[in-house]
Amino acid sequence: MKVIVPVKRVIDYNVKVRVKADGSGVDLANVKMSMNPFDEIAVEQAIRLKEAGKADEVIAVSVGVKQAQETLRTALAMGADRAILVIASDDVHTDIEPLTVAKILKGIIDEEQPGLVLCGKQAIDNDMNATGQMLSALMGWSQATFASELDIDGDSATVTREVDGGLQTIKVNMPTVVTVDLRLNEPRYASLPNIMKAKKKPLDEKTAADYGVDASPRLEIVNTVEPAARAAGIKVGSVDELIEKLKEAGAV
Amino acid sequence: MAVLLLAEVTDGELALDATAKAVTAAGALGDVTVLATGATCADAAAEAAKIDGVAKVLCAEDPIYGKRLAEPVADLIVSLAGDYEHIVAPATTDAKNIMPRVAALLDVMVMSDVTAVVDGSTFERPIYAGNAMQTVKSSDAKKVITFRGATFDAAGMGGSASVENIGAAADPALSSWVEDKVATSDRPELTSAGVVVSGGRGVGSEDDFKIIEALADKLNAAVGASRAAVDSGYAPNDWQVGQTGKVVAPDLYVAVGISGAIQHLAGMKDSKIIVAINKDEEAPIFQVADFGLVADLFDAVPDLTSKL
Repeated sequence: MKVIVPVKRVIDYNVKVRVKADGSGVDLANVKMSMNPFDEIAVEQAIRLKEAGKADEVIAVSVGVKQAQETLRTALAMGADRAILVIASDDVHTDIEPLTVAKILKGIIDEEQPGLVLCGKQAIDNDMNATGQMLSALMGWSQATFASELDIDGDSATVTREVDGGLQTIKVNMPTVVTVDLRLNEPRYASLPNIMKAKKKPLDEKTAADYGVDASPRLEIVNTVEPAARAAGIKVGSVDELIEKLKEAGAV
Repeated sequence: MAVLLLAEVTDGELALDATAKAVTAAGALGDVTVLATGATCADAAAEAAKIDGVAKVLCAEDPIYGKRLAEPVADLIVSLAGDYEHIVAPATTDAKNIMPRVAALLDVMVMSDVTAVVDGSTFERPIYAGNAMQTVKSSDAKKVITFRGATFDAAGMGGSASVENIGAAADPALSSWVEDKVATSDRPELTSAGVVVSGGRGVGSEDDFKIIEALADKLNAAVGASRAAVDSGYAPNDWQVGQTGKVVAPDLYVAVGISGAIQHLAGMKDSKIIVAINKDEEAPIFQVADFGLVADLFDAVPDLTSKL
């Protein structure tokens, strides 16, 4: 079974985002970029499936700008076998919408015929939480979102999902799309020898047009602003003073 | 201009607060028709009919909707979609599972976690875990939206809408329910708790996290942790508050031994009152704290727990 893992290049989670003065979005020029943390968990899970003999090949895919090559090299260094980069924009500030990404992924799936797609549950830039569900819909497949446990057994997979107030376990027909949540695993770090080896692994470059997908957005960005700042607070001198202030504020 | 609103129904029971908040948000868009689904949903539909601003309730009762699996519920919504310009839901994990599927089947984008309605096609939503707010205008004929509850007041309960029973759509038979495990902790759930007490790397060990838990129990609070504490193995991953964990906005957030990394602040800065206890007075957490206490947490936290 082939496993496809879509990965997204996003601002590193340790970087403070700055809104651009013209309101068109967040400044992405000269900022440290990394693989979306939820996608790292998806890559890790795919590699573990291969190590357990349940997958034969792990293919990492990224849709975006040419610089997403680096993100794919990270996935290859972790242990993915090969990578496909679909260039859908020349501008690092253009975010490709989940619907477009899902359509391009559908094109790749039609060619590659994987048994499983593992995605992060959301990207930490646009926080849309949509690509996996949309892909599943376009394929007419089952879906299992927010997975914290995954067990594949032949024609079906049993997935435990993190839902409001607890956990839900469902059984889905294969092929399927699983979106992963934090508790599923802890991603490995790529070792230096594996980083070197990753440079020699195959990375195909395609464009959105290769899959017949129109990448123009459905949502026009009208404005982007910083959230309202919190008013500065005060320092208290002791635990007793803290309790007093909390009581005054009606917090305890 | 009609709106179809997917009510939050779990095992036949209406999540009234979540649904009524979404009704408030949807009211700005047009007449609201609520869709209740479940193996049983008559009671939930009757209750939804009383929410102010609801024009009509559709009740789809069928075993295939019993656990609100995404595939059958999405197919049902798509079968009804012709009559509506907006298809909306409260931003729960259930709806976030279902609504993007609906949007893709309709060949439109979804807008998740919307916090404000500007007009019928323009909406505001947080990006980067709330570190920026973005206003987007949809060019799609139909708009599929989830509304974040925290920013809308719940609609009142003076309504008397009619309830219409509707048939089920075809069962796609792609998935099946196995079991639910409702969280068994005696503590409140992290994302909906009124009070959250979180520990960071400063707590120092898994064992010492007990003093965080003791304070949390005194305040009837959920326990959270910074990513640094989780990465150090002091706390389980599902306690993580931050951009890569849970986003919380309780009435009171107590950050103990947390320096205030950007990615943590993104997950808790919308809390009403923030208390920070840290021995490093330069820690960035103090810049967002309403009340900061520069102290050794191993003295201050047990003292606070005993005096509250």
